[in-house]
Amino acid sequence: MAPNLRHETNITAPTNASRPLRVSITGKTFEGADGVLVHAIEDIAFEAPAGSFTTLIGPSGCGKTTALRIVLGLDRHFEGGVSRPDPDGRIAAVFQEPRLLPWRTVEQNIRLALSAAVEGENLDDLFAIVGLSEMRGRFPTELSLGLARRVALARAFAIRPSLLLLDEPFVSLDEMTATRLRRLLIEVWSARRTTALMVTHNLREAVHLSDRIIFLTERPSTVRGVHVIDQPRNERDAEWREAETRRIADKFSGVL
Amino acid sequence: MAIDAGGTANEEGTNRRATRSLTPKAVTALSLLGLLVIWWVVAVIADSRVLPTPPAVFDAFWRDAATGELWFHLAMTLMRVFFAFVAAMVIGSAIGIALGISREANRFFDPWLILFLNIPALVVIVLAYIWFGLNEVAAIGAIAVNKIPNVVVTMREGARALDRDLTEMAEVYRFGAMKRLRHVVLPQLQPYFAAASRSGLALIWKIALVVELLGRSDGVGFQINLYFQLFDVAGILAYTLAFVAVMLLIELLIVQPLEAHATRWRRT
Repeated sequence: MAPNLRHETNITAPTNASRPLRVSITGKTFEGADGVLVHAIEDIAFEAPAGSFTTLIGPSGCGKTTALRIVLGLDRHFEGGVSRPDPDGRIAAVFQEPRLLPWRTVEQNIRLALSAAVEGENLDDLFAIVGLSEMRGRFPTELSLGLARRVALARAFAIRPSLLLLDEPFVSLDEMTATRLRRLLIEVWSARRTTALMVTHNLREAVHLSDRIIFLTERPSTVRGVHVIDQPRNERDAEWREAETRRIADKFSGVL
Repeated sequence: MAIDAGGTANEEGTNRRATRSLTPKAVTALSLLGLLVIWWVVAVIADSRVLPTPPAVFDAFWRDAATGELWFHLAMTLMRVFFAFVAAMVIGSAIGIALGISREANRFFDPWLILFLNIPALVVIVLAYIWFGLNEVAAIGAIAVNKIPNVVVTMREGARALDRDLTEMAEVYRFGAMKRLRHVVLPQLQPYFAAASRSGLALIWKIALVVELLGRSDGVGFQINLYFQLFDVAGILAYTLAFVAVMLLIELLIVQPLEAHATRWRRT
């Protein structure tokens, strides 16, 4: 039996999640390395329903990571607006790199992300679920990339975010490890139903994880189409994923 | 253990190399012994008052150690080195980090830095004594001012190399100012701090001796000046070697263990 992930004191979690994430980026340019202005985003507007898992997908360099950084609040120089599910709630991010502090242990890395009020809380259940119980005292430099990404996922969920952002969280892993981590992500995410927004260029990954896939064009990017997946996640076996991926690839043949 | 043999016997090549090569500690000991032998031989051949043999230097050491005089002067110099070192590291790090983070501040203060880097130590010392009097504060201040520009340069380099990815992570996960400093910024600056400390200790004690020679009535620098007047080279060498030994002990017993602790997360 999986330990219960929901926190007793977090009574507001379901109501927090009732507001959708609204993103409307109507223009984003930045100065490239050579000083030339890059028009990255023309118009990306979408709404991610509360508790949904939405994926932005598009060719590399299409500005999807830029869009994610805007939603994260790391990039404030853009036109348009972002309305987050809970303005006071916390946002968690899983980056392309694990971004762990190499000089702190696995457990310290996770605890440091916690707010002062819950800094000392018991993390046994979380460590058990993500399979890191034996690794708590290790330093990230001793971990494989797959394990480091597990820590990054654990850190994201440890703070009980009202919004979870994932930027190609399983890139450069072998397919077996990536699939295992995707299953883990589904398991933890399903217990919490945090509104999640992921960026990837891997359609199979999007098909495995998301409720809705938003297709972006090349730079300057706009939304080319939205695909909604109703299939429950526990019925998305490898065969179904393969068929669905092919269906979508046909439907959006011009995009991918 | 002098020889690094055994253990890897299953690999013939490794084993053969291991039995022939010495451990790093043995090499260090051998190297120092070689230096001592060269000194001794040259001193015996020269047979002159200005180049005493190792036993003569040891006699001089023993003479002042027995009266307690040597320990007193060593302690005075060590006290000045300590306070000057702490002041230089704290002030230099603060300025260096500020210049490394702010491009505007760096543009403005960089000429000052170059100026201070190029002022001879002697000028700083003489001016400190003239402006602030022949006292302990002027002495320690002069030593620190000589070292601060080097610390600034090293720490500025470190602050410029701060990892943007980790800074963003800390922002997303809402690290407060103290958390950010302690867990994100300072560990990244640690290697630069260690480098500044290393070169700092070596430079500071050399300058401390000049400061003592010019305006103090105790310390290793004062004693060396005294033995210079007396033309007592054995005394000069005895004080020099005694202080070098103290600095080596500090390196071995304080600096290296601290560094090993700070970098224990590194994959070996």
